[in-house]
Amino acid sequence: MTYSLTINGQKRTVSVDADTPLLWVLRDNLGLTGTKFGCGAGLCGACTVHIDGQPVRSCSVTVSAVAHASITTIEGLSVDRSHALQRAWIAEQVPQCGYCQSGMLMAAAALLRDKPQPTEADINSAMTNLCRCGTYPRIKRAIFRASGQTGNPR
Amino acid sequence: MRTVLALSRRGFIGTMLAAGGSVLFYMNVASQAVAASSPAAILLNGWIRIAPNGSVSVFSRTTELGQGALTSLALIVAEELELDPASVTIEMAPVAEEFMDTTPDGPAYYVTWASESSRDMDRRMRKVAATVRALLLRAAAQTWGVTDTECSAHNGIVRHTGGRTLSYAALAPMAATLPVPQDIEPKPRANWRRLGHATARFDIPAKVDGSAVYGVDVKRLDLLVATIAQCPIFGGRLKSVDAGAVEKMPGVKKVFALEDAVAVIATGYWPAKRGLDRLRPVWQAGERKAADTGAQYALLRQAVQSPKHLFLPEGAQEAELLTAHDAGMAAATTHLDAFYDVPFLAHAPMEPMNATAHVTPQGAELWVPTQFQSLVREVVAEILGLPQEKVIVHTTVVGGGFGRRVEIDYAIQAAKIARHVEQPVKLIWSREEDMSRGYFRPMAVMQLKAGLDAQGQPTAFSFAAACPSIMDYTSERRHGVTEEEVDHYGLANARDWPYAVPGQKIALASTDLDVPVTWMRSVGSVASVFGLECFLDEMAAAAKADPIAYRRHLLRHRPRELAVVEKVASVADWDKPAAMGRHRGFGMNVCNGSVVAQIVEIEVSPQRAVVLHTIYCVVDCGIALNPDTVVAQMEGGIIFGLSGALFGEISLKDGAAVQKNFDSYPLLTLAQTPKIQVVILPSDAPVGGVGEEAVPPVAPAVANALFAATGQRLRSLPLMRQGLTLVDRI
Repeated sequence: MTYSLTINGQKRTVSVDADTPLLWVLRDNLGLTGTKFGCGAGLCGACTVHIDGQPVRSCSVTVSAVAHASITTIEGLSVDRSHALQRAWIAEQVPQCGYCQSGMLMAAAALLRDKPQPTEADINSAMTNLCRCGTYPRIKRAIFRASGQTGNPR
Repeated sequence: MRTVLALSRRGFIGTMLAAGGSVLFYMNVASQAVAASSPAAILLNGWIRIAPNGSVSVFSRTTELGQGALTSLALIVAEELELDPASVTIEMAPVAEEFMDTTPDGPAYYVTWASESSRDMDRRMRKVAATVRALLLRAAAQTWGVTDTECSAHNGIVRHTGGRTLSYAALAPMAATLPVPQDIEPKPRANWRRLGHATARFDIPAKVDGSAVYGVDVKRLDLLVATIAQCPIFGGRLKSVDAGAVEKMPGVKKVFALEDAVAVIATGYWPAKRGLDRLRPVWQAGERKAADTGAQYALLRQAVQSPKHLFLPEGAQEAELLTAHDAGMAAATTHLDAFYDVPFLAHAPMEPMNATAHVTPQGAELWVPTQFQSLVREVVAEILGLPQEKVIVHTTVVGGGFGRRVEIDYAIQAAKIARHVEQPVKLIWSREEDMSRGYFRPMAVMQLKAGLDAQGQPTAFSFAAACPSIMDYTSERRHGVTEEEVDHYGLANARDWPYAVPGQKIALASTDLDVPVTWMRSVGSVASVFGLECFLDEMAAAAKADPIAYRRHLLRHRPRELAVVEKVASVADWDKPAAMGRHRGFGMNVCNGSVVAQIVEIEVSPQRAVVLHTIYCVVDCGIALNPDTVVAQMEGGIIFGLSGALFGEISLKDGAAVQKNFDSYPLLTLAQTPKIQVVILPSDAPVGGVGEEAVPPVAPAVANALFAATGQRLRSLPLMRQGLTLVDRI
């Protein structure tokens, strides 16, 4: 099957089977490898992208389901690391191995779009992605920083 | 030709002019390194290059795993060479003998482990870089006919007091021809302007925009993707597989059988995975001693009560040690005796195991997220029947290692698969393979006993551990570890306990369980510190003493450890009662030249719901090269340790692992994570490890806090399977 997808504002055409997860279309067919494969079961969130603005685990949605949607990946968050979250991620020195961070940033970006001044409880409920290196405290601080909130999380 | 350097000048710093006009500065101090290292401590060697355009680059033999080691390396070189750290480029050294650490009779290593990277760089790279600076100053002095002391180096320029200047690049060719002084001392710490100050890590920007290229992201022309199903029963084999239908599926190129696995090669991961899921491989189970966790526990529990290997501290005599122990036990008025146990754990780095290989008649090229490049090269060359020089190993960015990527099974598989196709092949394990196929952190059962006098003070103590030997399984056993050698990692911290407890008897029962095991972050310290620090609390409770007051007395001759304990007690306000409803527990780890103590503050509801509120962590890691990296490693180590302590367990049923993904092997989440407060104690001690050392204290600290809260002593990990549930903090 041939699908015409809108990814980071561009039309892209791929020929894949209808059951192919969006994750593998992005990675293997379109070369957008910033979106990561972590668990293949929607459990870890490393593959989080935005579909029509909503954070979605791209390993668990098929290409046929998103053919008419607008998809944003980490490569489309900004062209020059200028998104407030990317700047905050660097300022707070968040990543360690970094593998989960594309998904973390996409989840956080969706949160800030909904709630520009999230509370700590908002952050807790929105940020359900897994990090094995243990960067959670810095992720929380970086979201506070990016949303212009002063003071440290509790 | 730039890599051809003789190893005949061991122990000396040397220089050479390289093709293209770059100047290399190198050092090989293998003979010293051997003396300084433990058997598992393998060191980094390095080269500094000054190119004609003035750019300075440094070769690293350490893999950047997110621990910030390469930034520390750049800081060290920048400090001694008086450069802006951002102007120093770090490159992975080619995987070739010239860049490895050699041992007199053994193999050459290119490996990242044992919290060694920064410690090794500090010992060696500072001296190399300082010597390069001295050579540049001497070259300038000779050019101008002045003395070295009239010259100074700053930001790539050597300046004479009279005002003349020459660039490092202009001086480097001459510097490379000068006799190399062997006695140059690095800058005193008081003169540091870069080291010891928080510095932003260089690897971070590429990790916030998706541009960092991990192993799974490797792109090659005509790349094929493979995925694999390995025999789920440890020790089993592939009996048969019918590939016919699957090889006709769209995108599938080939089904490939290995001895204990079957792989599908396809145009992408998804067609490969779909093909693999359609295969019905028939497995043949091997013989095994115990097929499930209960039976394995029974074997260990029996073995730990009659351990074969008594640990003898240096200078100790077996008979005297046993006599002192028995006398101490006989003199005691109270006897304590407890079993502790920890399960198998999966490393579960977020990036599943993978490797890319391209095998041609001329040689092989691999792209591997690995901690052990030299072993990849050696074993792949052997398998493919190639000389090692024909195997090129590239290190990719690594999505978490934690010790798992010291093993090279996935790289071997990639090479075996790729030799049967013309194109390069990227092998990606599914998460289920990654989690359930080992290698695991060894399961262990420990027995601890103590005799206490009427005042509650210890008169004798014993620690025995039963666990499988890492040496029986790790690929590193190729490197000359004999069958007789005891895997002392099973004892870990028990061998060098800082507490002044008389009459100690430490023993090991290596007990094989037919399950592959390997190094995991902090190795045996996690198990042993869990047993030791919890049991110390049991001793304190028997003595009706406060847990920290009890330890203070036993650490009275250990000022460094005592200072860390005092600091964490003060930061956590230990000597005041905890807030209403809160309970606290303590744990400490002394390892790899560092001391880490933690106090955990928790709350437990009547329904046994547990909230982790705060963890106070104090570390004396010697000189902190990049303090923010130290804090990050403490935070990360605590969270890694909490996942294991609270939930982590790989259990076996019918010879196969039960847990296959994060639903049954949960990691701590952001919402569950406590507030973590880290204090770095100022220290002039040599650089200590920080990558592993925060992991072990947290399990006993939580268990001790749970005891304070509930009166129930939990002696088995993970803690949250025992009628307790962890809930979000806010």
